[in-house]
Amino acid sequence: MSGLGRVVRSGVRRRRVQTLVTGLATMLAVTVSVLGGSLLVASDGPFDRAFAGQHGAHLTARFDASRTTAEQLTSSAHAAAVTAAAGPFGTATLDPHTGADLGLPANASLPPMTVVGRTDPGGPVDDVTLLRGGWASGPGQIVLADSYGSPVQDLGTVLDYPELPGDPKLTVVGFARSVSRTADAWVSPAELASLGAPGTAGGYQMLYRFASAGSTAQVAADRAAVASATPPGALVGAQSWLVTAQGTNRNTALFVPFLVAFGLLGVLMSVLIVGIVVSGAVGTGTRRIGILKSLGFTPAQVVRSYMGQALVPAAVGTAVGALAGNALAIPVLSATADVYGTTTSGVAPWVDVVVIGGALGLVTATAWVAALRAGRLRTVDALAVGRTPRAGSGRRAARLAARLPLPRPVSLGLAQPFARPARMAGMVAAIVFGTAAATFAVGMGSSLNWVQAAKNHDTADVVVNAFGPPTGSAVAGPGAPSNVTPHRTRATADPAAITAAVNAQAGTEKYFGTAGTEVTVPGVAGTTSVFAFSGDSSWAGFTMVSGRWFTAPGEAVVPSTFLTASGTRLGDTVTLQDHGKAIGVRLVGEVFDPHTQTDEVLTEAATLAPAEPDLHPETYSIKLKPGTDAAGYATALNGTLAPLGVTAGSGRSHGESGTIVALDALTALLTLILVATAGLGVLNTVVLETRERVREIGVAKALGMTPRQTVTMVLASVTVVGLIGGAVGLPLGLALHAVTVPAMGHSAGLDFPAVAIDVYPDSELALLGLGGVLIAVLGALLPAGWAARTRTVTALRTE
Amino acid sequence: MMSTPVIELSGVSRRYQEGPAALDQVSLTVRAGESVAIVGPSGSGKSTMLNLIAGLDRPSAGTVTVDGTRVDALSEAGSARFRRAKIGMVFQFFNLLDDLTVADNVMLPAEMAGTGRGAARRRAGELLAALGIERHARAYPGRLSGGERQRVAVARSLMNRPPLLLADEPTGALDSASGEDVKALLNELHADGQTIVTVTHDLTLAQACATRTVTIADGRIAADVRTEAVR
Ligand SMILES: Nc1ncnc2c1ncn2[C@@H]1O[C@H](COP(=O)(O)OP(=O)(O)OP(=O)(O)O)[C@@H](O)[C@H]1O
Ligand SMILES: [Mg+2]
Repeated sequence: MSGLGRVVRSGVRRRRVQTLVTGLATMLAVTVSVLGGSLLVASDGPFDRAFAGQHGAHLTARFDASRTTAEQLTSSAHAAAVTAAAGPFGTATLDPHTGADLGLPANASLPPMTVVGRTDPGGPVDDVTLLRGGWASGPGQIVLADSYGSPVQDLGTVLDYPELPGDPKLTVVGFARSVSRTADAWVSPAELASLGAPGTAGGYQMLYRFASAGSTAQVAADRAAVASATPPGALVGAQSWLVTAQGTNRNTALFVPFLVAFGLLGVLMSVLIVGIVVSGAVGTGTRRIGILKSLGFTPAQVVRSYMGQALVPAAVGTAVGALAGNALAIPVLSATADVYGTTTSGVAPWVDVVVIGGALGLVTATAWVAALRAGRLRTVDALAVGRTPRAGSGRRAARLAARLPLPRPVSLGLAQPFARPARMAGMVAAIVFGTAAATFAVGMGSSLNWVQAAKNHDTADVVVNAFGPPTGSAVAGPGAPSNVTPHRTRATADPAAITAAVNAQAGTEKYFGTAGTEVTVPGVAGTTSVFAFSGDSSWAGFTMVSGRWFTAPGEAVVPSTFLTASGTRLGDTVTLQDHGKAIGVRLVGEVFDPHTQTDEVLTEAATLAPAEPDLHPETYSIKLKPGTDAAGYATALNGTLAPLGVTAGSGRSHGESGTIVALDALTALLTLILVATAGLGVLNTVVLETRERVREIGVAKALGMTPRQTVTMVLASVTVVGLIGGAVGLPLGLALHAVTVPAMGHSAGLDFPAVAIDVYPDSELALLGLGGVLIAVLGALLPAGWAARTRTVTALRTE
Repeated sequence: MMSTPVIELSGVSRRYQEGPAALDQVSLTVRAGESVAIVGPSGSGKSTMLNLIAGLDRPSAGTVTVDGTRVDALSEAGSARFRRAKIGMVFQFFNLLDDLTVADNVMLPAEMAGTGRGAARRRAGELLAALGIERHARAYPGRLSGGERQRVAVARSLMNRPPLLLADEPTGALDSASGEDVKALLNELHADGQTIVTVTHDLTLAQACATRTVTIADGRIAADVRTEAVR
């Protein structure tokens, strides 16, 4: 072996801890970069990529089975412009109810579902991704689309179809995702045939891809081509992928800025840590360089030797980090896919290539610069390191610190980082990133939970559904979770009887009723939903962006989307066209309602009385007196309500939305990795520092410094760094949060009120600010322990 | 009149994983007021012995008692506190901290022991004056000559008024003039009653300041001679 190779080998082996840390830090950095890069990639047009990945259906067409045959539909695949087609699949729209058990109230009405009979989730078009469980292959099995808005979450849940002959029951065996949203649920073709409702011929579904479907006009032309290739009147409905794309993109838009911010933080952090670690690894050991040079090593040989020492562990770390990154990317990207409602195809190979190449390139460049400096060092200077006085800043700090009324080990430690300003800056930067990431993440968590709370507005303890049976415990409309929709076709029970029962029930504190209707508003396309409240609705739990809740008939509050659509502002009066009557309402408040896909107006029922005197509440939201047991109350009330055919149930929403859960998990994971990386940066620096100061520490120990004083000294040395890092990182994290939250809202067309952004309580701010110190201390704990344990004799021997 | 023993080594051995014992069954008693020179060829175990006395190292067998304390039985923290109170150490390469001024270096042992800065400063001032280097108090060690640095190291070792001063090759890194200087200093200290154990290669140093010369060879005491030098 050449002398150079031996020097590299022995250097790597002798400084085992540092080599290990270099390898570890590179590993974490590469892991974070793979994750960050993948997040950036996943956040770039998530719908389009997932749509392409699933060979999404440009047109989801529904045909009337009585007007066409399966053969005719099969041949429609040859229509002009069609490049691929799937189907025909039998399809039906059914009204499911919850079966018994699995945490859901029994016999609750679920939203109507479009069920499609498919033997296979795959195919040339709409290659459906199975998320959980298996495909419905046998009788009595059903696979739910995750986009199907129901509270059903668990495999094994039984859905009941009481309106179909024989009251069939289907067991949920899987959850799947169709990016094109071609169905709410799938069953086997045989099962679908048996589900056919009497009197309906049922329908067929055909899925088409076209050569050109980029614009609404193109899709319309494609649709016309399909229509003309099939019997007239057979095509009864068609859903364009553009509409689905728009809906999905509006949802994902909320989260793109968030994940992009995290991805960027991760990549920047990685670059920083690799820089710190590698330049540190090379920058230290100048004395060894001096010895090598005095033995006749040329500067070039020294450079190569030191680059070798950094590259060996960095290369190993990169390899392991790439593997770890790809492994971790599976849960992270699947959580991301859940957030975006898309599918994951794993880490894009080019991300791996770029990250690995980038990491190695960065390591090489940093090592080269640092080694070059070391190689250029004059031999005498290099040999004299540790014996000659160093720069003045360290001394001034030492002098100032010595004056502080602190125990000597503390003041000794406090001054230490100032002796090496560049190294200190690196450490501060790592902590700044760590603190900023943690601050950002905590803030995002709070903001998202705020959004969730605003979405739920589930302040009612008990909700009475005024529709006749069957009924669920919770019924949609403002004031109730929106994932269970009422059947508007059913008549409501006598409102006076219901309110009498509620008033008579012990434990009732207050309640309000909610009725829904549709109106048109001049200047606003389509219909506008109006939610009419009777009684004191001020506690309904809607979050105001600005203005106030209505207090009198003729006043109304609306979500931001309505203001945008109608081009109005608060204070304006808009006209509602209701049953031929024009009703003017004055807009007094803007509510935050991220659910709103359509425009809506919230007002008092009395406002609509001139047009709809018989508008009765569909739900009653009841607030109980403090200390009243909600379940007992509901049971008692149900006893009184039974003759009316209506039921009361819990007003609380069913858990958090899957998106928020996925985001929380993502946030926690990414924050943990970023903070760990920052801690590792500190660890690395403190390892270098204690190695260099091993003689100094030995001297102090010979003079009577106890192990605890040693630990104190090392920890004190990083405390300053942690404080500075925290002081810079905290405002940075706050700023990032303050920019990202409105950006999220903006891209989703929502205005976030100030309370959604000012989510940090003072105590939390203080904690986060001290988080820098925590990262620093955690990173320094290990090397501090080593320093304390180092045998003094060994330390004194070390040159 | 025999004064009380300050150091008592009894059957002390120190073995490393490989090779013969660095110290083999050594027993030695040093009494208060003595100045002992330990001499012997390189690798004979001199530094090992000194480290054992200072509690920096532990014997593989035997007991080490210093000023009534069983040093070999102390915990890490206990031995640190013991050194603070009982031992002053001087090294061949001074081992001053480069980033601290001379005065701060000298004050360090007192401050480690929790002495207030004012009191420590007064004591350091006295010591520096006594050793004739008070004009360097605010300088950094890097600017001082070898002899001056060793004086600073001695001042530092005396900071907590230890009953025992240990010096390992205190003149080893010095030219002959500076060496003389340090010798004179050790002599003065001895004359003031300080108990001193000096490890050295330098037989003139042994002759000049020691009341007793212990010769070590291959980890054993080969000779123990009272020289009754200057007095
Ligand atoms: N940490 C250690 N590990 C293994 N062997 C050691 C260690 N420290 C000392 N030795 C061995 O113990 C023996 C005595 O060493 P010691 O340092 O006490 O010698 P010395 O008499 O002080 O020599 P010198 O005059 O050269 O300073 C030597 O052979 C040395 O190699
Ligand atoms: Mg020695």
